[in-house]
Amino acid sequence: MSWVLASPIIIPFATAVLAFLFRAGPEGRWISVIGSAGLLIASGVLMAEVLDKGVVAAQMGEWAAPFGITLVADLLSAVMVVITGITGLAVAVYALADIDTRKEQLGYHALFQVLLAGVCGAFLTGDIFNLYVWFEVMLIASFGLLILGGRKVQLDGGIKYVTLNLISTIMFLSGVGLLYGMTGTLNMADLHGAVQTVDNPGLLVVVAIMFMIAFGVKAAVFPLFFWLPAAYHTPAISVSAIFAGLLTKVGVYALIRTFTLIFTTDIAYTHTILLWVAAFTMVTGVLGAAAMNDFRRILSFHIISQIGYMILGLALFTPLAIVGAVFYLVHHIIVKANLFLVAGVARRIAGSTELDRIGGLYTYAPFLGLLFLIPAFSLAGFPPLSGFWAKYVLVKASLDAEVYWVAAVALVVGLLTIYSMTKIWGNAFWKPHPAGATPRLSDMTGLERSALLTPIAALAILTCIIGFFPQPFVDFATRSAEQLLDPTAYVTAVLGPDAMPVVEADGLAEGEVTE
Amino acid sequence: MASSGEAVPRTYGGPAGWISVAIPAALFAYFLQFVPVIAAGTPVVVGFDWVASLDIRLSVLIDGLSLTFALLISGIGTLVTLYSTKYLGEHPEYPRFVLYLMMFMIGMLGLVLADNLIALFVFWEITTISSYLLIGFTSDEAKSRRSALQALLVTGTGGLALLAGMILLGNVAGSFELSVILAQGDMIREHPLYLPILILFLAGAFTKSAQFPFHFWLPNAMAAPTPVSAYLHSATMVKAGVYLMARVNPALGETDVWFWTLIIAGGFTTVFASILAIRQTDIKQVLAYTTLMALGALTLFIGVGTADAIKAMMIFLVVHSLYKAALFLMIGIVDHETGTREAEVLRGLGRKMPLTFLGGAIAAISMAGIPPLFGFIGKEFLYKAGLELDTAMIWVTGTIFAASVLMFAAAGISVLRPFTGPLADTPRPAHEGPWAMWICPLILGVFSLGFGLFPDTAEAWLIAPGTWAVYGDYGYEVDIYLFREVNAAFVLSLVTFAAGAVVYAFHRPLRDWLGRVFEANPIKFDPGWDRVLDGLKALAGWQTRLLQSGVLQKYIFVIFLTFAVGVGATIYLKDALQISVDLRAEYDALSFKVWAVLIFITAGALLTAYTQSRMAAVAALGVVGIGVALIFIMFSAPDVAITQLLVETLVVVLVAVAMLKLPHLGLTKDRGRRPLHAALALTVGTLTTLVLFAVLQSDLDRRLTDYFEIASWPEAFGRNIVNVILVDFRALDTFGEIAVVVIAALAAYALLRGTQYGPPRDEIEGEERR
Repeated sequence: MSWVLASPIIIPFATAVLAFLFRAGPEGRWISVIGSAGLLIASGVLMAEVLDKGVVAAQMGEWAAPFGITLVADLLSAVMVVITGITGLAVAVYALADIDTRKEQLGYHALFQVLLAGVCGAFLTGDIFNLYVWFEVMLIASFGLLILGGRKVQLDGGIKYVTLNLISTIMFLSGVGLLYGMTGTLNMADLHGAVQTVDNPGLLVVVAIMFMIAFGVKAAVFPLFFWLPAAYHTPAISVSAIFAGLLTKVGVYALIRTFTLIFTTDIAYTHTILLWVAAFTMVTGVLGAAAMNDFRRILSFHIISQIGYMILGLALFTPLAIVGAVFYLVHHIIVKANLFLVAGVARRIAGSTELDRIGGLYTYAPFLGLLFLIPAFSLAGFPPLSGFWAKYVLVKASLDAEVYWVAAVALVVGLLTIYSMTKIWGNAFWKPHPAGATPRLSDMTGLERSALLTPIAALAILTCIIGFFPQPFVDFATRSAEQLLDPTAYVTAVLGPDAMPVVEADGLAEGEVTE
Repeated sequence: MASSGEAVPRTYGGPAGWISVAIPAALFAYFLQFVPVIAAGTPVVVGFDWVASLDIRLSVLIDGLSLTFALLISGIGTLVTLYSTKYLGEHPEYPRFVLYLMMFMIGMLGLVLADNLIALFVFWEITTISSYLLIGFTSDEAKSRRSALQALLVTGTGGLALLAGMILLGNVAGSFELSVILAQGDMIREHPLYLPILILFLAGAFTKSAQFPFHFWLPNAMAAPTPVSAYLHSATMVKAGVYLMARVNPALGETDVWFWTLIIAGGFTTVFASILAIRQTDIKQVLAYTTLMALGALTLFIGVGTADAIKAMMIFLVVHSLYKAALFLMIGIVDHETGTREAEVLRGLGRKMPLTFLGGAIAAISMAGIPPLFGFIGKEFLYKAGLELDTAMIWVTGTIFAASVLMFAAAGISVLRPFTGPLADTPRPAHEGPWAMWICPLILGVFSLGFGLFPDTAEAWLIAPGTWAVYGDYGYEVDIYLFREVNAAFVLSLVTFAAGAVVYAFHRPLRDWLGRVFEANPIKFDPGWDRVLDGLKALAGWQTRLLQSGVLQKYIFVIFLTFAVGVGATIYLKDALQISVDLRAEYDALSFKVWAVLIFITAGALLTAYTQSRMAAVAALGVVGIGVALIFIMFSAPDVAITQLLVETLVVVLVAVAMLKLPHLGLTKDRGRRPLHAALALTVGTLTTLVLFAVLQSDLDRRLTDYFEIASWPEAFGRNIVNVILVDFRALDTFGEIAVVVIAALAAYALLRGTQYGPPRDEIEGEERR
């Protein structure tokens, strides 16, 4: 058993137990911070290992694959775990000032850490049923976080969230059962080979569609995203931020993983559907954002829209497009979580997240304005920030693949994203406060300022670094895309060097999208 | 000395002021070094990789065109920042202003110097962002915010089109480097993607340079502080579009589409804007519209594309930058020192503000095209280039003639009238501004006059290298002069002066008449913009209310409908139901016991769906669970069956208890839709069953089962294979599921405890829908 692979799951679980034991006092929150830092370190070690040795795999309980459960990390998994560590630490620090003692006593920190464990588990597992288990862990922990505090609006959002996600879970589980029935295996690397030889390839596509719908709900794509705007604006800011950063991205990750590793037998069909899904998701999400008038609601709908971009990368299925999807995924998590954190500070000093009720932040809290503009402009795809490169690569991939209409959609959606970001800027920052208030950062205590602003500033700096020095990140995404499009390394890492017996699916290497 | 109690004016900037002047001044000095190199006709290309794997480089192309722009940007930038130290130095947000201005300048310099298209785009967007922040500088005014957003969205739209165009052009040319692309004009013009590329590029250029019909944002952008207007909206940013067209002229120009699009858009903008300029009473607005006119003329002459036209374009570019920046700075001083910019109010300022008057007058004479100013040369060469064309194209000259007449009048309106005559009362008593302000128009005036008197200098430094770069021919002999002979162009100039004087004399009745005409005109772009935005909001609201209705049943319905359609269509399209088993025989083989259990489960399910009582539904669901346990028993798995029974009982009891505690969640009972819901439920159930049948057609690959049977006892030391799978082979799953149960308990605890803490405090968000 490899501690390198298991520690990103073990550390948050252990932290959760400790944080729960000490939930009554201030120790709990510091345990959460230390545990999150530990997770970040563990993720860094994992990343170093993957960069050094290529795909790493470990058989849990030493039961050889495919008989036991395999944990496996390629570059995509590793970077997702790193980004989970970064976001987790940022939000844990933020929570020092954001989460009140009542929520702490109800077990906030434990739930938060279990959520991180679930997310890391989902990124690291190499077993499709085990993935289902991690989805459940995430679902129940996030439900707990969502309803913590017990306001009616939270319960309303929570019920929708849990109901719709349970439906997805059931579809996922049915899919797993059917896939097992067809192939006799649950190991994803093993599935890569097994699906090539099924008796009824058409039926495999049907099962692929079931997975697409199940993960589509998780990823919040059109027309399955309802649970997200219903729930994301209701809980504590820390919870919104970690949800916004990570939860839907697990769905996107699952789509990318399964639709590059397993369901590539009929790309012309499945990935064309994904292309349309991507386009509709981009458009409906951004229009939703344009219709909203609340800081967090606008951001919530943006998540949907940007999920569309990531799916677009997967759908085009060219090397450059996958690069775009991976780059977008990483960039988006940092930026999106950060914007929610900014929304929290804005609410704290200006009194609300409703844009009609706040204002004056530009005049009185210019530093917050700067901290907002960096992720906001990045999200809107302005150069030279991280979002520009993400958008650029995807637009270029669309144009290179000669799918012009989807490039046009991506660009128009970019424009509407700018529009809805300026809505926040114009109302919360530029407009004078309607009640004449003078929201200043100095209204907060020193502890609040450092706990709330440090993570925001750190994430903003990260956004700038990716923006100004994109080369290493693009290279990384390129290598990751190569691994995804040619799963040989992944499969042999899990099953051993002789495990690539079957023929490659047609067109996989060329990765062409067929209209 | 300020007496006690009187507020002492405070300078907020600290070092921001002189730093902001030093940077552009140093850059100007730096760029000057390149003048001899470029004048010799050798462009400089240097750079380094930025994102090598995407062919994106930070590379620089310095030739006559980019150097002319770089000198204008850094030179006028120096004056504008110097001017701003006094104009805005006491504003509490002055440091931010300087920051945005520097950001803008860097963006603009990068834009004109970039050799790599994508790098050019990066800087292009930086100018968009910084101008957004600058136009909205007076952010507490709704008008400023609206203007800023309008500029951002209009130029942003063009920017995104431009990005697509650049990617396509890069793909066609096989490189993103302009120095490579510009050498492949013939190939690009014959490529099937030429037309889309051209349209996308022109969309970017026309929006940025405010060509009709995208002109409306520019006058609104005058909401920005006047130094910004002088810098961004006269001399630099709006010329970015002109720069782009001039830059890509060797690659995309010289086709019919290019020709007609540019001269129609440019020509129309020219005339349209000059008429609108006469209509204004706010002098800053007069200048804003004359800027539009100049941009139109530049576009027009790039479109005409002859060597003489390009030369005239280059001259006029420099001419216009010099006088327009000076005029904006002049009106800024007037506004700053008198409190108004209204042409109807201001009279006789010359005596009170002589130095401002001098600076303004030189600029105005240049704008009017009167010798010996550089503006005269500019106008002469526009006429000459126009007159050289085919007689069918005489309207090009006509357009320029009309515009020049109106420019002449506009010069009178904006300088002659306010500064001469008897002194009129103004909101603040008129007095001369500080030196840092009045010196700026004067310095620009020195260049306007100097280039007029010594046109050879301008020719050698800027005009000739610029013309070569845009025309793409370094052999073309550029010759400019103040006066050589009486020719058609010169005569036309004299006619222009006469006509201009007449228009000026009657400009007030003309303005009133134009006002009435434009009031009656139903097509208004600025209100039209509001309607577009309102339409967008309405569309967004409609679609969001439709999708995100707030009703859980609808969400569930859509998700299952997606499942039904997705799975059903795929089954049909992929012919996935290859069922070879004789279903009839299977059906006959069902025993009584099986029938009994099936009926039992179905009854439970139906009851769950039909009952009105939550409690009954929970109990009925328990019946289904027990039925499943019976199936396990029939297949000789008593241990699994016992587990199932236990879990089922627990769940029913727990849910029943929870329901007693929890409030009713208000799920609407919409009975009208029940047949629809039932049909969907049946479809989903049927489809799932069919897929399951299809899967069962092939034999299960028993690798895992066989392995578990063999390895369970010897290797995992357990005889019950199910148990061994749970606690050993797949222990991680079990661990995860235990975590789920624990967390579920924790969440339930939090939920039940959380609601006992009295009424919720503070909270501000409403329901999902509002």
